[in-house]
Amino acid sequence: MRLGFVLSEMFTGLRRNLSMTVSVVLVTMVSLFFFGAGLLVQQQVSILKGDWYDRVQVSVFLCGSESTAENCPGGAVTGAQRDAIRQQLTDSPLVDQVFYESQAEAFANFLDTYDPSFTANVTQDQLPESFRVRLTDPERYEEIRDQVVGVPGVEDVPDDRKILGPLFSALDAATVVALGLAALMLVCTVLLVSTTIRLTAFSRRRETSIMRLVGASRLLIQLPFVLEGVVATLLGAALASGALWSLVEYGLGRLADRPGFTTKLVGTPEVLTQAMPLMFGVGFLLAVFASLVSLRRWLRI
Amino acid sequence: MITFEHVSKAYGEGHRPALAEVTLQIDKGEFVFLVGPSGSGKSTFLRLVLKEERSTGGTVQVAGRDVGRLRSWKVPALRRQIGVVFQDFRLLHDKTVYENVAFALQVLGKPRHVVAQTVPEVLGLVGLEGKEKRRPHELSGGEQQRVAIARAFVNRPALLLADEPTGNLDPTTSVGIMKLLDRINRTGTTIVMATHDDDMVDQMRKRVVELRDGRVVRDEDRGVYGSNR
Repeated sequence: MRLGFVLSEMFTGLRRNLSMTVSVVLVTMVSLFFFGAGLLVQQQVSILKGDWYDRVQVSVFLCGSESTAENCPGGAVTGAQRDAIRQQLTDSPLVDQVFYESQAEAFANFLDTYDPSFTANVTQDQLPESFRVRLTDPERYEEIRDQVVGVPGVEDVPDDRKILGPLFSALDAATVVALGLAALMLVCTVLLVSTTIRLTAFSRRRETSIMRLVGASRLLIQLPFVLEGVVATLLGAALASGALWSLVEYGLGRLADRPGFTTKLVGTPEVLTQAMPLMFGVGFLLAVFASLVSLRRWLRI
Repeated sequence: MITFEHVSKAYGEGHRPALAEVTLQIDKGEFVFLVGPSGSGKSTFLRLVLKEERSTGGTVQVAGRDVGRLRSWKVPALRRQIGVVFQDFRLLHDKTVYENVAFALQVLGKPRHVVAQTVPEVLGLVGLEGKEKRRPHELSGGEQQRVAIARAFVNRPALLLADEPTGNLDPTTSVGIMKLLDRINRTGTTIVMATHDDDMVDQMRKRVVELRDGRVVRDEDRGVYGSNR
């Protein structure tokens, strides 16, 4: 009976301030959406970094017969040069393992990886032989690169970080922007929830004064107001989760399904396990915090 | 039922106190008129009994509780023993007569069958049978005040406070309300009524406590409103 009473009071409040309730729901939705998006971008960065560090292999490409690089004046790498390079790599404390990939193996891999239409005109001679080096510590990528660049017979040691570095900083910037917007919107949410509660408390001051007079407990008087805020923000959190999920599932998902797209992207599991619990948690805490603050000011017993 | 010992109440520094050193005892079952000009401290007295305000000095005891030391979470329990009626009725306009009275029981978590049994009884007592489904704006002032009294009394409080309950009513209607309060008093409920209604006080011949500038200037059994009005 009492629970029924609290719930009916709550729904009365939500209905009476319908426009305020809707604005609380929408503002919460937008703020939690940015918050969740920020979390996911951060998650994507750590996936990419982990992925990249797992795969980190310094590729030391050796000079081929058709090499035009400055470091390959004598054409293809000689056997002695190859052995010297292998020795230098094996001796380095930074190196975990060294694999050799001949031109024949490189060609076979190339045929496996790419579409026949693209590989038709490529011959084995055009692909360089290489050493693939696995590092003991992927972070020290730069050091090993510095050691081998310029050694006779080495054509090039491409720096993957040149490609990934700007990507990482762009994603970091996106995180900052998303979380900054989220913080701003969350402040709006708090203010809006407390304003709504203040208005509700004012429009229901007759009821609450009568409730106080007949001796209703503080909990019974205040609970409908707190629940109103909580219900509205949780509704916002649900909408934000839905929006974020559809963006990830149908936006990123379609991108990830494209042929040749090998980068692992955040997907539904990350939305469910990483973003949503925090979005709901933050929404709930915000509502409780905002209502307690405003109740202390506007609904003294 | 109510004991005030040297009770003072000042609203802020430098203001004249609303109540000054008031000592007063009201026993169980009494009917007391609280009279005096506006601003003499009648409403403050009632608010202190309800713990809507804290006294700035002295002790207030209501139904055996030291109200000044009462923890805030125990205040609702105190108020359940007190019914209150106001000059402006304070009814809920979107609820019917029945719902207005039932509201007081519902917020206390009374089971449905208790509500269904008690509300018609009380509405009968105050003379509103047959008007359960009316809304406050469809009733006369006297009838609205009866609804308010029914709501204050439905929980059978030991004490009923009335703050100028006849202030908005014509003399004939006021007599009806007074008779009703008298009848409630005879059931054993203590009644404290703040009023300006001199005819009523003179007719009823009950105990009269007169306040002036926050002090008790007169306390008479079977008194009248006052000679120096």
